[in-house]
Amino acid sequence: MPTTESLTASLPSLSFELHHHTLRNGLRVVLAPDASAPVIGIGLVYDVGFRSEPEGRTGFAHLFEHLMFQGSANLQKLEHFRYVQASGGIFNGSTHLDYTNYFEALPSHALERGLFLEADRMRSPRITPENLRNQIDVVSEEIRVNVLNRPYGGFPWLMLPQVLYRTFPNAHNGYGGFEDLNNATVDEAAEFFDTYYAPSNAVLSVAGDIDPDQTIQLIEQHFGELRKRKRPVRPDFAEPAPAGERRAVHHDAMAPLPAVAIGYRVPDPHADLRVYLASVLLAEILTEGDAARLQRSLVQSRGLVSDITAYLGTFGDPLEERDPTRLNITARYSPDIDVETVLAAIDHELDRLAATGPEPAELDRVKVRLASIVSRELDQVVNRSLEFAKFETIFDDASVILRLPELMAEVTDADIQAAAARLQPDSRAVVELVPGAGR
Amino acid sequence: MTPQAAAREANQSTAARRANGRKRAEAPVLPVPGLAAPRRPKRVRTSERTLPSGLRVVAVRRPTVPIVEVRLWVPFFSTKPTHHARSTLLAAAMTTGTANRSRVELATALGGLGAQLTASVDPDRLLLSSSALATGLPTLLDLIAEVVTSARYPSDEVAGERTRLAERIRVSRSQAGSQAADALARRMAPGHPYGSTLPDEEQVTATTAAQLRALHAGLVRPDGAVLVLVGDLSPARALAAAERALADWTGSPALSRAVPVPPISVRPMQVVHRPGSVQTAFRFGGAGLPRSHPSYPALQLANLAFGGYFSSRWVENIREHKGYSYSPRSLLEHAQLGSTFQAAADVATEVTAAAVLETLYELGRIASLPISPTELESAQQYAVGSLALATATQAGLASQLIGLLSAGLDVDWLTEHPARLLKVTAEQVAEVAAEFLAPRRLVSVAVGDAELIWSPLSAITEIE
Repeated sequence: MPTTESLTASLPSLSFELHHHTLRNGLRVVLAPDASAPVIGIGLVYDVGFRSEPEGRTGFAHLFEHLMFQGSANLQKLEHFRYVQASGGIFNGSTHLDYTNYFEALPSHALERGLFLEADRMRSPRITPENLRNQIDVVSEEIRVNVLNRPYGGFPWLMLPQVLYRTFPNAHNGYGGFEDLNNATVDEAAEFFDTYYAPSNAVLSVAGDIDPDQTIQLIEQHFGELRKRKRPVRPDFAEPAPAGERRAVHHDAMAPLPAVAIGYRVPDPHADLRVYLASVLLAEILTEGDAARLQRSLVQSRGLVSDITAYLGTFGDPLEERDPTRLNITARYSPDIDVETVLAAIDHELDRLAATGPEPAELDRVKVRLASIVSRELDQVVNRSLEFAKFETIFDDASVILRLPELMAEVTDADIQAAAARLQPDSRAVVELVPGAGR
Repeated sequence: MTPQAAAREANQSTAARRANGRKRAEAPVLPVPGLAAPRRPKRVRTSERTLPSGLRVVAVRRPTVPIVEVRLWVPFFSTKPTHHARSTLLAAAMTTGTANRSRVELATALGGLGAQLTASVDPDRLLLSSSALATGLPTLLDLIAEVVTSARYPSDEVAGERTRLAERIRVSRSQAGSQAADALARRMAPGHPYGSTLPDEEQVTATTAAQLRALHAGLVRPDGAVLVLVGDLSPARALAAAERALADWTGSPALSRAVPVPPISVRPMQVVHRPGSVQTAFRFGGAGLPRSHPSYPALQLANLAFGGYFSSRWVENIREHKGYSYSPRSLLEHAQLGSTFQAAADVATEVTAAAVLETLYELGRIASLPISPTELESAQQYAVGSLALATATQAGLASQLIGLLSAGLDVDWLTEHPARLLKVTAEQVAEVAAEFLAPRRLVSVAVGDAELIWSPLSAITEIE
């Protein structure tokens, strides 16, 4: 079995050079120049996600993300998209538990235009009653296509938090209820923008074919005049872990097979990243690939479940949330199988791992795998800008992602045992999906 | 202030005004910056070798991250009625054991390289896709060689995969999008291997391990196959490693003779009943053009202007103006025996007829009136720019290359395509749009709650 030292050598090193800069209005900037192709990524992360939306306004952070594309101070509706695409670029945005991101990938000669487009909507999005109504309709269709009209739609990210957590910010449905969405007003959007979309609450990252000095100058030119506003204080979202097992049943009329989702609280990623990374690596050991423990025992040997996945966070990115966050295990199985059998089989494997630890080289393999995933992810220029901006936002330091291989190298077999031992039945949430579709 | 700007100010939300204070109210309208001089992408330099077995190996050095991407394309066409089910199960079971390794041993070996290896099939081909840390390339090629030359299809593993595949098919059939794709394929190519997207569950269940071994022996052969390697590699060493690793993989596949896809036969829109569906998934489809055709760039731009990107007529109409749909999109798809145009939208049940009406209107409009110079230029820039973005990563370039090489094109197509796009005129776009996007040339399906959508739809178009 390789020692930690020899393993580090075999993990790839990620060598992107980063430049940091902060504007007078508080906007933080991370640049990652790389001239291998004439393309750039512009990523803008605002430090507000659906955990921060107010009670009675579920889905508001996501609805607001849509409104950011509806034109801005100097751009009519439709112009944002048209300028990006007519420059040969692509764009999108997404709303997460703890942040919201926006991006453009562009040919490098469109750098200044891309910066202008982001600056203009940071200046002021064009929020009108018509645009608001239109985007409430679009978001409603998004929820129908992804949740209401889809078997297993929203399972488990919309259901599990409501069982695992007790406080509104952590527990509520982040896509939002139709009633809340329909009640949203232009003034509320204005206030949300005022509070959370301040330059000081954002990180801008530009990656790819750029000259750092010239880019800083352009950023100063386009973002520098935006008025400084106070950075909102992030509330403490902490709540205790469940003091017993919590259960719920979710009926899915369209699903053909039963499924189960388990949620476990995990250590605060901020408090000690190495301890947290043990949970990330544990999830890989449990279900990633044919050699993973739950694949071998539950899928291949016993045929108990048809698929099983363990992952961290709401959407499977293990490094995008602050505390409290969770480890999820989801499985789909045949109607002949009882959910208790599935849970007992998972518990058995967790107990075994907690008692005896990983097999020789088992942990090294998942470290190498995760490191190669990070490398692959960073090959795409727009991912690079988004990841650097996200790490700067969530971990206060963009370079943390580049140090992941060495941070993972420090995780020991004993850390994995401890991480497995923390996944206890008496402090978890279980949502059983009962299918409505005939066999 | 211009009237336009005054209207903009009037539209400003109170918050925006509050946020920017008095200063903004007097600020002039800022101009959108122009573009700098474009920098050309570096030429993609390929190195290649055709092995004695007939396997074509192409390598590209692209050392952006310490990873290599591997794609192995193997022709797999068959007209046998069981082929869809058997080939899909073969792909699922292909990595469950080799002459030297069990399933877990194979996964363990791949894991040590930071690699994953997946097999997938469509009616044309079997595709093995992999990526690994660059240092692991020779070992990865050895493992791939082991799979193609000695996959064992152990009976117990095949039994497990059979059950799981049948369950996955059931899940797919419960999804509106999968139902719509399958129904559209049947409508477009009835009776042809292209005429379904979901294998038959009973045929899957009836497939034996011995049948998979026979299928593997017959079709998983190197003659006519293409292997692409892209990443942090030395092309000479990568080609040598591939030749060494795959020396024992020999033979020609026993392929069915290609059967032409029947021409589109226009029929009324097919309504597929999905009880309780809160949305209707509707799809239009028709013939397209292959990438090698002189009019392909014009058709690519016609598709973009219609619904192929966000700034298109259809998306702006039914999403940004009317709010009927979250992600309407149209695309051109290429298979070995033909290319197609397809348009897809999922809309709320109660606006189904209205959304179909707008779709027919936009199809009819682009088929009968030329697009504006602005629309043409936007589509051209987007097509050129998005191709550059798609080939800027190792994985993107590998996938582009395998698509081109398997279609009989080569890397020059990538290099020369931007110039072809920029030469297209609005008249040429109008010409191909009239031929390929006209609503009377398309077939269509709508998967939704027939009790609610039948009557409104029948007021708009012929249905059955």
